Amino acid sequence: MKYKTEIDIAINKFVGKKGALIPLLQNAQDIEGYLSKEIMSYVSEKTGIKLAHIYGVATFYTMFRLKPQGKHIIRVCKGTACHVSNANSIMNEVNNHLNLSGKEDTTKDGNFTVMSVACLGCCSLAPVIMVDDNTYGKLTPDSIGKILKKYE
Amino acid sequence: MSLVIKVGLASCGLAAGAGEVYDAIQKHIKKNKIDAELKKTACIGMCFVEPLVEIYEEEKKSITYGDVTPENVGDIIDAFSKGKPIEENVIISNILKGSENKTFKKQKRIVLRNCGIIDPISINDYLEKDGYSALEKSIKNMSREEIIDEIKNSGLRGRGGAGFPTGLKWQFAYNAQNDKKYIVCNADEGDPGAFMDRSVLEGDPHSVIEGMIIGAYAIGADEGYIYCRAEYPLAIKHLNIAIEQATKKGYIGNKIFGTDFNFELHIKEGAGAFVCGEETALMASIEGKRGMPTIRPPFPAQSGLWGKPTNINNVETFANIAWIILNGAKEYAKYGTEKSKGTKVFALAGKIKNSGLIEVPMGMSLRDVIYDVGGGMKTERPFKGVQLGGPSGGCLPAELLDTIVDYDSINKTGAIMGSGGMVVMDTSSCMVDIAKFFLNFTQNESCGKCTFCRVGTKRMLEILTRISEGNGKMEDLDTLEELSENIKKGSLCGLGQTAPNPVLTTLKYFREEYIAHIKDKKCPAGVCTALIKYEIIEDKCIGCTVCAMKCPVNCISGERKQVHKIDQNVCIKCGACYDACKFDAIKKG
Repeated sequence: MKYKTEIDIAINKFVGKKGALIPLLQNAQDIEGYLSKEIMSYVSEKTGIKLAHIYGVATFYTMFRLKPQGKHIIRVCKGTACHVSNANSIMNEVNNHLNLSGKEDTTKDGNFTVMSVACLGCCSLAPVIMVDDNTYGKLTPDSIGKILKKYE
Repeated sequence: MSLVIKVGLASCGLAAGAGEVYDAIQKHIKKNKIDAELKKTACIGMCFVEPLVEIYEEEKKSITYGDVTPENVGDIIDAFSKGKPIEENVIISNILKGSENKTFKKQKRIVLRNCGIIDPISINDYLEKDGYSALEKSIKNMSREEIIDEIKNSGLRGRGGAGFPTGLKWQFAYNAQNDKKYIVCNADEGDPGAFMDRSVLEGDPHSVIEGMIIGAYAIGADEGYIYCRAEYPLAIKHLNIAIEQATKKGYIGNKIFGTDFNFELHIKEGAGAFVCGEETALMASIEGKRGMPTIRPPFPAQSGLWGKPTNINNVETFANIAWIILNGAKEYAKYGTEKSKGTKVFALAGKIKNSGLIEVPMGMSLRDVIYDVGGGMKTERPFKGVQLGGPSGGCLPAELLDTIVDYDSINKTGAIMGSGGMVVMDTSSCMVDIAKFFLNFTQNESCGKCTFCRVGTKRMLEILTRISEGNGKMEDLDTLEELSENIKKGSLCGLGQTAPNPVLTTLKYFREEYIAHIKDKKCPAGVCTALIKYEIIEDKCIGCTVCAMKCPVNCISGERKQVHKIDQNVCIKCGACYDACKFDAIKKG
């Protein structure tokens, strides 16, 4: 298995601690970028937590991804303030720019994954997107190309 | 005397470019050898003019500038040093005439007392503002019962939305007999359009931690959790730093202030589930399970985290505690109305001029909040409605602007106070679309446990979608109301019980808009794409080709300098041409 050492370190960090499954899975996801079937089975085997329980948790929370994701994550805010400030046109432009149909969320070259999020908490700068850990506000569809260029 | 320069570096400031401004100041000071102390602070609440820079020699004679850029910040500093401060873009000042800020004047800042003033990751800054002296007073001079009575007498009610009296909640947890108890801070601020908790955690994390330690002492807990949503990385970072600092100073750990009171505090990051804001779901999530609510009773105060008595309060509630202990319940209860005491923080967003965070005494009218404190509408379009309380709340029309901001008055309208999100809308927002937006949200976030919430919200969303596409029937409105009542009755937790509120309030106050969608097949606000059409006005089109170049689906044809045409069969109604046309030659209808 890829990243076995890193995953082992993560497991050892949390093993025996109360309520450790979610941070453990977050940690594992940070390592591989997503939660593969292989990783979930391995975590189950090592911790004794039932695989069904792990899968249940992984599918319940939106931050867990069961598919490989792009190098950069684009979070398009669809909170109320962004929605009334036309966040849909921002989403359309992001998808257009990256040639995504809206059905698939990761570009073919694996550079970007696009997701919509409920609220980034920067409502006064609506509409807002976040690329990795950087937030960009007061956007118009025209500003998207320039922002994404930095990550291409 | 040396200068002090403060830059607001909270998430909103950073997104507006405050990081670059900070770097530019640093360079400017170094290059010109200016005797100045450059400090970081968080959000003072005036997000609409970020980046913000405050500059002073003496704190009482300060000027805060808004919309600062890396290019103009050097001039601002130089002019100030010469004693001739620039008067443009002054946001708050106590030395320049005519710049008293209306936004600030009507506010009473208790929760936000330090936000945007102190450096959030400096415990010394917090200590200078009487930080942790409320904790010292509580532990050294007050009995547990006295603390709980003080909070009861203050009239403080839970700021997470439901408004349960905080003192009473503490009393229940105190009464529970057990050798192990927990205290939990709910920082899973999931309401879209609300960012009060983020700002407090980023700007003054110690105030929340101090409130939690006082609470833990009062109820007899020795362990605490802060459950913070992972979408707030800066808040989590500041909390981690603050906990480490408080531990070093001995406010967290063993034998606090030399007594037998021990306390340890952990942070749990959420993983993206709105329902985890509900207390039983939140506890399940801390335990590492799927965040699904459970039946109450037993209430958390009897059997909470890992079956132990647990007290859960919201970020803003905890941020009030130290102030109340230091200033007294009476002082706190001076603010507010008979049943809703104190102040409330609101996040103003949407089409309002001064969007950002404000804290006002309870009892102010919505009109005063929006027009006086919030500065009124941002656009020339008139006010249409204000959305309170996020997906659990409702939309109120202009006729209800004189409603007073307190728990009971707002509940009467069908909306809820909620955690404090206030999204102002003008006539460019469609209320059917807003209802659909929230239903889509709650339907996605329903954990699936209760049938009415799981299936009912889905059916409601289908009906709303149908209406927004022009395929609705008048009977649909009755079905929506019937489903709403059943979902409210048949759901276990607050998510389902309040999910229909956005639909019910828009049906109550904006019914004619639903009817326009159903009978006239028209969206008066021009939002619902199935009901609008973009057309080129032949007389106005000069054939500049800009629209054709902007169109993402290439459905606009026409030679240069000739009138263009939109192929309606291909058009996806994104509105790009409409926004791009400089000659108003495209009409939306």
